[in-house]
Amino acid sequence: MGKTFTRPVALSEKDTHYCPGCTHGIVHRLVAEVIDELGIRGKTIGVAPVGCAVLAYNYFSFDFMEAAHGRAPAVATGIKRVRPDLMVFTYQGDGDLASIGTAEIIHAANRGEKITTIFINNAVYGMTGGQMAPTTMPGQKTTTTPFGRDVEQTGMPMKMAELLSALMTPAYITRQTVISPKYVIKAKKAIKKAFEYQCEGRCFSLVEVISTCPTNWGMTPVEALSWAETTLLPYYPLGEFKTPDSQGGNDAA
Amino acid sequence: MGKVLMKGNEAIAEAAIRAGCLNYFAYPITPQSEVAEYMARKLPEKGGVFLQGESEIAVGYMVFGAAGCGERVMTTSSGPGISLMSEALSFIACAQLPAVFVNIMRTGPGLGGILPSQADYFQATKGGGHGDYRLIVLAPSSVQEAVEMVMMAFPLSEKYRNPVMILGDGLIGQMMEPVEFPENLIVKPTRKNKWAANGMDTRKSKKRNIVKSLILDPETMNTHNLLLKEKYDQIRKKEVRFETYNMTKPYKVLIVSYGTMARVCKTAVDLLKEEGIEVGLLRPKTLFPFPEKKIREAAAKAHCKMVLSIEMSMGQMVEDVERSVQGKCPVRWYGKCGGEIPPPKELMEMIKGLKL
Repeated sequence: MGKTFTRPVALSEKDTHYCPGCTHGIVHRLVAEVIDELGIRGKTIGVAPVGCAVLAYNYFSFDFMEAAHGRAPAVATGIKRVRPDLMVFTYQGDGDLASIGTAEIIHAANRGEKITTIFINNAVYGMTGGQMAPTTMPGQKTTTTPFGRDVEQTGMPMKMAELLSALMTPAYITRQTVISPKYVIKAKKAIKKAFEYQCEGRCFSLVEVISTCPTNWGMTPVEALSWAETTLLPYYPLGEFKTPDSQGGNDAA
Repeated sequence: MGKVLMKGNEAIAEAAIRAGCLNYFAYPITPQSEVAEYMARKLPEKGGVFLQGESEIAVGYMVFGAAGCGERVMTTSSGPGISLMSEALSFIACAQLPAVFVNIMRTGPGLGGILPSQADYFQATKGGGHGDYRLIVLAPSSVQEAVEMVMMAFPLSEKYRNPVMILGDGLIGQMMEPVEFPENLIVKPTRKNKWAANGMDTRKSKKRNIVKSLILDPETMNTHNLLLKEKYDQIRKKEVRFETYNMTKPYKVLIVSYGTMARVCKTAVDLLKEEGIEVGLLRPKTLFPFPEKKIREAAAKAHCKMVLSIEMSMGQMVEDVERSVQGKCPVRWYGKCGGEIPPPKELMEMIKGLKL
């Protein structure tokens, strides 16, 4: 019997530093599978963020750049503008993309940069040790909201997919999750679509992925999956918010 | 092509294009916006890339991305914008990417004003951004020299894989002068950068390239900083450039001045000469590396009683002059930094009033 499940070529053989129960590994794999399937490994440049995925370049097996906190879309813009033949994607967390990098992601999307962004939203800063992110849920305890996020002081969690889909420039904007196999299959399809749009030179594409952070949530991996389902998904609905054929605005079903 | 009359900012843009830089990212800021406007008109017809970024922060990283895949790239700004780009400059220097940054200085600190200044000397030569890094800093004193320095800056940045900064001032940017674009300064860009992250398909080896500045291991970080230091030491040894003026005479006063200010000093030196007063002028063309040795030797002459650092700042370069002179001669600072350039007469009176 032959092998039925193998490591994607686009994924390196290095062990990751991610915590048990973290969903980064799943998303890395999905991106690698898509790159293999599209046969674009030799002309792809990934841009790593600052955050838990700062070492993402170790886990893929193609060219990479590593940006400053929040600046990955600007780095990707620089690459794509001078080398439109290359496939360029950013891989960013919610502290990176939704806080310090809001200007860069909004303007890259609004310029219609032909890049792909994989946006990991786990409602917390991971690498710096579990501080509040713009995506942290009301009442959620983090190391900088020890009494729970007070929305009177810090506002409501930011819905980046919805925010970006309000821009008038054509784009593909979707929110997915990987907290159970049925969602993983859908997330893979979305990531593939996002890369295909780039291959066709059609539009900016962003796949937000609702993810888990058992370590900083103070939960077991199983508890984290369940908390994501019951707390995050009702606030962060899944679906396609924008496709290049829609005329701007939010067309999520 | 013969001489043409051009505004400094436009000449800088044209020089970059002629030097084979067809990638330009920028954000508008006075007094250098004409560079961006010129590029916006000219680059599309050359098949180049012009992009106005959303901020100088983003522009700095667009330069990072373009340079990281091995393409020749430039940006231009002024002090407040360079402050925002300084984060990227630190990353670019650590990742050892070649790129050219132009600072057409205006007065500061803060929002300051839009008139000429030299108050970004520290920012350009001592860092600006975080960490142990250096820029190669070229300081033009005419539009012609700005053109030549821009053209030289690309091969220089590529030779050392280090960002080069052209440190001009608002006068260089705004003034019109006749310029020539020397053909002999054109060094064509190469796409054969072994280090560039431009897709594994471009390399026979199929090895992947990573452009990054994250180095968590203490030993590796220290080794990397030593490697950078070795490079900066090489630059100190090989790339010092300066001009001397009236220094063969037994000067009692030696002026050290750069850029627009040095040009005014030159006139003052001529006028003082007419009155029988010999003053030497040493004009650094490179601010990093700084002509330390030459200044030390010039200050050590028995006839030299004082070294004057004349700058359009509140005394920044003077620290490097003092460091160079090493106590061999008294060092004083003179300058103005509101946007007005001290005229030759003012300098003459000041020099005549010195107690030597």
